Amino acid sequence: MDALEALRSRLLAEIAAADTPVALDQVRVQALGRKGEITGLMKDLGGLDAEARKTAGQALNRLKDEIAAAIDAAQSHLGEAALERRLASERIDVTLPVAYDGAGRIHPISQTIDELTAIFGAMGFHVEEGPHIEGDFYNFEALNIPADHPARQEHDTFYLADKPDGTRKVLRTHTSPVQIRTMLRDKDKLAQGQPIRIICPGRTFRFDHDATHSPMFHQVEGLVIDEKTHMGHLKGCLTEFLRAFFDIDDLPLRFRPSYFPFVKPGAEVDIGCLRSGGELKLGNYGEWLEILGCGMVHPKVLANCGIDPTRYQGFAFGMGIERIAMLKYGIPDLRTFYESDLRWLRHYGFLPLERPSLTGGLSR
Amino acid sequence: MKTTLSWLKQHLETDADLATLSARLTMLGLEVDGIEDRGAALAPFTVGYVVSADQHPNADKLRLCKVDTGNETVQVVCGAPNARAGLKIVFAPSGSTIPRTGLVLKPSEIRGVASNGMMCSAYEMGLSDDHEGIIELPADAPVGQPFAAVMGLDDPMLDIKITPNRADCLGVRGIARDLAAAGVGSLKPLAVEKIAGRFASPVRIHIADAAAKDCPLFVGRVIRGVRNGPSPAWLQERLTSIGLRPISTLVDITNLATFDLNRPLHVFDVGKLTGDLTVHPAAGGETMLALNGKEYALEAGMIAISDESGVVSLGGVMGGEATGCDENTVDVLIEAALFDPIRTAETGRRLNVQSDARYRFERGVDPAFVFDAIEIATRLVLDLCGGEPGEVTATGAEPDWRRSITLRPQRVQSLGAVAVPDEAISRILSHLGCSVVKTGADFTVSLPSWRADIEGEADLVEEVLRLHGYDHIPAVPLLPVGALPGQAVDASQRRAGLVRRTLAERGLNEAVTYSFMSSVLLGVGNHSLFGTVDPSLMVANPISSDLDIMRPTILPNLLTAAQRNADRGYGDVALFELGPQYRDDTPGGQSLVAAGIRHGRTARKLWRDAGAPVDAFDAKADAFAALAAAGAPVENLQVTADPPGWYHPGRGGSIRLGPKNVLAHFGEIHPRLVGELGLKGPVAGFEVYLDAVPPAKAQKGRPLLKPSPFQPIERDFAFLVDTAVTAEAVLRAARGADKKLVTEVRLFDVYTGQGVPEGKKSLALTVTLQPVEATLTDEAIEAVSKTVVAQVVKLTGASLRG
Repeated sequence: MDALEALRSRLLAEIAAADTPVALDQVRVQALGRKGEITGLMKDLGGLDAEARKTAGQALNRLKDEIAAAIDAAQSHLGEAALERRLASERIDVTLPVAYDGAGRIHPISQTIDELTAIFGAMGFHVEEGPHIEGDFYNFEALNIPADHPARQEHDTFYLADKPDGTRKVLRTHTSPVQIRTMLRDKDKLAQGQPIRIICPGRTFRFDHDATHSPMFHQVEGLVIDEKTHMGHLKGCLTEFLRAFFDIDDLPLRFRPSYFPFVKPGAEVDIGCLRSGGELKLGNYGEWLEILGCGMVHPKVLANCGIDPTRYQGFAFGMGIERIAMLKYGIPDLRTFYESDLRWLRHYGFLPLERPSLTGGLSR
Repeated sequence: MKTTLSWLKQHLETDADLATLSARLTMLGLEVDGIEDRGAALAPFTVGYVVSADQHPNADKLRLCKVDTGNETVQVVCGAPNARAGLKIVFAPSGSTIPRTGLVLKPSEIRGVASNGMMCSAYEMGLSDDHEGIIELPADAPVGQPFAAVMGLDDPMLDIKITPNRADCLGVRGIARDLAAAGVGSLKPLAVEKIAGRFASPVRIHIADAAAKDCPLFVGRVIRGVRNGPSPAWLQERLTSIGLRPISTLVDITNLATFDLNRPLHVFDVGKLTGDLTVHPAAGGETMLALNGKEYALEAGMIAISDESGVVSLGGVMGGEATGCDENTVDVLIEAALFDPIRTAETGRRLNVQSDARYRFERGVDPAFVFDAIEIATRLVLDLCGGEPGEVTATGAEPDWRRSITLRPQRVQSLGAVAVPDEAISRILSHLGCSVVKTGADFTVSLPSWRADIEGEADLVEEVLRLHGYDHIPAVPLLPVGALPGQAVDASQRRAGLVRRTLAERGLNEAVTYSFMSSVLLGVGNHSLFGTVDPSLMVANPISSDLDIMRPTILPNLLTAAQRNADRGYGDVALFELGPQYRDDTPGGQSLVAAGIRHGRTARKLWRDAGAPVDAFDAKADAFAALAAAGAPVENLQVTADPPGWYHPGRGGSIRLGPKNVLAHFGEIHPRLVGELGLKGPVAGFEVYLDAVPPAKAQKGRPLLKPSPFQPIERDFAFLVDTAVTAEAVLRAARGADKKLVTEVRLFDVYTGQGVPEGKKSLALTVTLQPVEATLTDEAIEAVSKTVVAQVVKLTGASLRG
């Protein structure tokens, strides 16, 4: 028995001394392998009588189990230690900077158009577009602005070269020609009971260039034609829009009589604001800021588009896209919109995935 | 249109204060654009009395004055030469701020003597440039009271925006009439005294038949023996209070009539006229030196007033210098006529002459206020210049302006959304000067002579709403179009939005540049990189010479923007614009393009990505990304090496769908253009023609996905081909080798140099084989590989690289 005890002590010491998986495996082979010491003693049991074989066998099995368990424990310990050493060695400088903002920016004009499309879209409007180089009829005549009408002088029109027949094209001074084209196209659908409800965002051009005017700017106009829409609907529609767009629930609106040749009655709309210390703040503060022009579509305009003004009526409105973007996002200078200054685009621009919607939220 | 509060009150009997009047005007559609209240700014400055003025003990040019301010007597040191005892002066107390200089006064010591406050000059008060001496106030000016009232400076000036339809409000009386109609006081009667003529008119007036439409009525009166000097103080002050310059009494009277009564008048010096006057259409070519000192050449059809010597006045626009009144005028002819609005506007526009008369005639003056105007003007001339009145001579006739319109009272509700009782409708329209008769349920409204702008029922609805108050309009939600709103954008608008956000997501910043560009840069008229540009795109009146043509391509604007950014120190710039380009001036000539440029490096240097100089392939990738977002069949597109002229001819290409339909161009920008724009480069760009991309199929269902249960296998090949052979040819050959098994061919290396013979290049491909029915055996893989090699060798002349 002493020999067995000595073997046990020696093997346990060797297991404890094995400091690598290879050394540990050597101990295992030496003890438990096919030619291992314990395996050899097991083979020798066959030479003993039954009683002695039983006693010695039990002792040997105990030793075998103990050594096998000790090797497993040592193996697991060595694995842990090795992982510890690996983790200790695998260190990076996590403060090294990364490039995470590779995206470009969406221009505030596009973003604003997407915002107002989302809002008016929810009210049943759809978007119409049209040519920028227009005929006199679409930009003026059909809109009840005949030649040499004083209202034309307020339009500061760009002209293209005279044609041999004496006519000349103009750069549209507003997006109203799109209204005319839509009414002319859809007048039969209207007669079949399909109301017209459109917004027309886009480029417009006026011969004017100073701190607050650009020769090109953007407008959005709206048009609703059916048999019932009246000035109260106009006010309701604009109230909903302006409150949603500026995200001010109690933004007050004021309708003021004004004149545009293509509407009657006509109005200018003011929204509530506060001017103090050179800052402008929108809200219910008792002061007023002019924001847009609107009115009920002039009977002559309807007639010019082949729509019976004794049966159909509706409203139109128009506002500057840069202007409402400047007010909403605090952009101070109109001219900067067209300068393509990278610093400006990245500062005032919007992330491409930030697509405005009413359900998902308008722009932050 | 400017007026002062006191001027307005000449016509309007009211107790309303300035703030109320201003608010009511704005809500009547007569928007008060500004109020200049000089009285408020001058309030701290009072009338003082100089009790004594003695020599300053220590300075020759200074005086030591004792000034009675009404509250106390203070000592003021003053350097003005006219400071003397017994004078009433403008006193600025310590603590006040001098308007012109912004100086805040403090008690001080001047040359050893205490001085409190200041006696002020007109310059210091901001009233004129006169700083020769201090202001001398009238002897009866009340000491201690604000001096502004004494000088008539406490009268606030209102600047009112008159919309083009409200011609009747281009005189102060018209504004007062609108206020009175709105219940803000009452309109004072206008005194018109019929003055008998004492002699027959020595000047006869003819209207040629051809001018009868453009000048239906010409009323004149000669007054002889007048003295035309400077007008009296009240008239000068009236004119200067709204920024007009007094000239002489006769001229000032015409200006007063213009701004007070919206009745332009003209005065001829009868002594300078030769014979009678004829109103006629110009034959064309006549010239006239006008009162503004400029000579005008008349065009045929313009309305001229001529005597026997030639044209003496441009009807409704401006009188002639040669027959104008001056200090030597003895006999004067006063003209009150009617001129056609359109003719007047056209003449003014063609000759580019602005005048107060033109402004009013082109908007329309009151056709029934011509004879009265002559009488009012006569009274003023007789009172201010003396003289003897002749008989009134009238040629032509007052045009028939009487019109009536039917108003259905419920239209106010159905159009204007406000219920206004019938009595109120009737009252409002009556106050505006209409005569209103109820016929059955409807009103028959006869219009006053001064409201030619009211043409139909909608105009009457506006008048009722306007005077009743727009504030009564309720906010009513739009009628719903259905339970859910439809899609707001159509397929191409939606597609454009996707392209926009795709390009931005790729790192390009969206720009919005002008639709204009420089024709010089385009080389219009010369042979240039941009080829032939349609001349119909030239702007006739450009805002500046570098914005004189509608852009036939977007790229130059983006390149110019890149150059500006580079000049500011931002050389690595990626920009795109999604906007119009113009082929000609027709609606079909405008198309939607997504264009972009990259300049400098692909990325800013970072420790693990140094970026690289941009090249044609960056632009190609952008173009393909845009095309994919637009729904183009990118798998079926061909790339050909034929870019338009503004790209590098060897480093750009076209992306085509079929041989005819070009969807995009891309490439490095032509070095000549890069150099011309002052760019340092490298710079590459692309243009995607969104309108050329075929619309997506309407069908929304996708083909069924059949994923193979077997693993795909990849095999690499390297081929040697002639350098002229395109990668596309090799890839296409490999793809075509087994259309069933080969699902992808990827070019992973392009190499020339050591180990590759001159004139050859090595292309290395990874071919993906996707088994569908069973795992491929080694023999099957070997067989496909052989086919791939054979196809590439056969179609491109390649050899397999060992």
